[in-house]
Amino acid sequence: MTKEKKDSTPIVQPIVEKAIQRYGASQDELIPILNDVNREIGYLPGEALDEISRQLKLPKSQLFSVASFYRMLSTKPRGRHVIQFCENAPCHVAGGREVWQALVDELQLEADETSADGKWSLITTSCLGVCGVGPVMMIDDDLYGNVNPRMIPDILARYH
Amino acid sequence: MKYYRSHVLVCVDPECLKKGAHEIMDALQDELVNQGLNDEVQVLETSRIGDCAHGPEIMVYPEGVHYAHLTPADIPYIVKEHFLKGRVASRFVEEVKKSNDEELSAPTAKEVRVVLRNCGVIDPENIEDYIAEDGYQALGKVLTEYTPEQVIDIVLRSGLRGRGGAGFPTGKKWQFCRASAETPKYIICNADEGDPGAFMNRRVLEGDPHSVLEGMIIGAYAIGCNQGYIYCRAEYPIAVRTLNIAIKQARGMGLLGKNILGSGFDFDIEVRMGAGAFVCGEETALMSSIEGRRGEPRPRPPFPAVKGLFMKPSNINNVETFSNIPQIVLRGPEWYASMGTEKSKGTKTFALAGDVKHTGLIEVPFGLSLREIVYDVGGGIKDDKGFKAIQTGGPMGGCLPKEYLDLPMDYEELGKAGSIMGSGGLVVMDEGTCMVDIARFFMEFIQDESCGKCTPCRVGTKRMLEILERICDGKGQDGDIETLEMLCEQIRQDSLCGLGQGAPNPVVSTLKHFRDEYEAHIYEKRCPAKVCKALIRYEITDGVCTGCTVCARNCPVSAISGERRQTHVIDPDISASAAVFVCRSVTSTPLSLSSFGS
Repeated sequence: MTKEKKDSTPIVQPIVEKAIQRYGASQDELIPILNDVNREIGYLPGEALDEISRQLKLPKSQLFSVASFYRMLSTKPRGRHVIQFCENAPCHVAGGREVWQALVDELQLEADETSADGKWSLITTSCLGVCGVGPVMMIDDDLYGNVNPRMIPDILARYH
Repeated sequence: MKYYRSHVLVCVDPECLKKGAHEIMDALQDELVNQGLNDEVQVLETSRIGDCAHGPEIMVYPEGVHYAHLTPADIPYIVKEHFLKGRVASRFVEEVKKSNDEELSAPTAKEVRVVLRNCGVIDPENIEDYIAEDGYQALGKVLTEYTPEQVIDIVLRSGLRGRGGAGFPTGKKWQFCRASAETPKYIICNADEGDPGAFMNRRVLEGDPHSVLEGMIIGAYAIGCNQGYIYCRAEYPIAVRTLNIAIKQARGMGLLGKNILGSGFDFDIEVRMGAGAFVCGEETALMSSIEGRRGEPRPRPPFPAVKGLFMKPSNINNVETFSNIPQIVLRGPEWYASMGTEKSKGTKTFALAGDVKHTGLIEVPFGLSLREIVYDVGGGIKDDKGFKAIQTGGPMGGCLPKEYLDLPMDYEELGKAGSIMGSGGLVVMDEGTCMVDIARFFMEFIQDESCGKCTPCRVGTKRMLEILERICDGKGQDGDIETLEMLCEQIRQDSLCGLGQGAPNPVVSTLKHFRDEYEAHIYEKRCPAKVCKALIRYEITDGVCTGCTVCARNCPVSAISGERRQTHVIDPDISASAAVFVCRSVTSTPLSLSSFGS
């Protein structure tokens, strides 16, 4: 979900412009626009919401109310790599609890936390719809199925 | 029209081309001309016969023989053997290894695949594959032979009910929208399959998107609308991509857009993505999301058929409902109604997940029992453990114990048993499952996904979750069960939408069928399934412990004390689970510890 984040503040304006150009500046295109911007930057910084509010002529409160409602949009910065872990019943029943514990132990993070060095964000996700191969987790755009706790260190080591 | 008695398909994927596929084609054409067979045998290009490790390769139909590792020099022999002498040239034959599909295996005996018929069989990114499987024939029939009212009548007679969960008769829904005078009207496909454990819609969207498009176009014609939306959850990026490719290809062939198939009927479809909100599967919340707002449901009436998207008459149906339509039109509503039970006609896809041997997708006629689904189709419980419960219908469904295994899958029967059909997710639980933990689990999910608009759901589910967490933590109190029951009733009656109304179902059904587990947690502080960590205590067995002091010395929280050669003791106030693992890891003959609830 995130590109390599640079150390400096991401340049918000052109990314927002591009999204609005793509979909059009009307309220019913708000969620596609927010999705695109969130995907490019990794989250929705305040300046992005301000700019979208200005161009779509929508109150900032409304922007914030939509941005904070949907799970895949974040108003807080996320790590370079976002781990989305499915903690729903089918994955849970297939052994998800042990995998989650292994992740928490390995990363020393709880749900919704980002590591101090900015590398990892650990979040729980809605069901990804691949329950046939549970337990399941996604790191950025990579999907891992049939995960067991022993696989965790190797999987995490693939990301820099 | 020329009639060929045989077709030879030559794989021309890049890998095979590199190995000389074109030379094989040339050799084939030449030899067939030589033998005077070129009017009887047709040579065609194709792709993906196998995985190209065996190329150059060809498939010969109608027999379906696969010849691999070919060189041009082999061709004259094969042509003579196969087409002149009618014999398979066995030394060139190779078994085609189908790729391992973990979700959708070959249909078992009790299955009837209508919705899933093309999944894994056709290339979803090639509209011609779909057309070759009778695709868009139903649309052609509808636009040339039927009026919109006749189409609605066909759907009514088929008995098709909404497959998203509510099970409302689809024909009636279309009728209501058709009857609304206001324009423009909208038709929407609900592809926000959020039920944990449900992935049928995803498979259809990724594997057979045109069946959904065709169903929508037919529906739009019946209702009288020109614009459609497919609201697809953002967690399904491949489905979104496949849909967009399919729409583009359909437009290219005049099956979408202006003047479809020259009939004068205009209709187009746009894909809209969600952004991660389970409640957006609820139809009014979904429409709110398309409008660029928070996904909050609204009261009905007015119903979407009267005032829906952008306050215009709208019809929403599930992916599976739409993908049934082309087959119902082509094969006739009587065929569809001949399957299933009296009130639940046709077939339903189910996703088997949890502790069952063969997880994955199946499609069976209504009326099959849970037992047949779990044991005959699903292969039984993993590791041959005992069956404890099955949850049907997703997170708002009830958990049914083994006494209900012979229940036929039918909307009304499931309702009577205290559960719902829902989207068709089936989570199987074995004897190692704690039903209180499961109820807590589902309540956590629902609490998380509650949109917050109405108090009974927003506050009620929170209070219920708090009680369930306390119980699982060993802090259950007398009166908790009664409070839960009261909250269940209030939330069910007073919530604004289906999420809230269904939220109590897991708790109601587990209280009904597994009340003893709740009572054990609360009154005996014991978890019968040994799942709830707070209710498990370890004790070192006197007479077995040799007093070697290894565990006491290694315990990171100093929970163990004891003298050399004396039975050690675990301090019950400190977590003792570390001691178990230390003992087992450092000694060659681990102690036997008794573990039981305190």
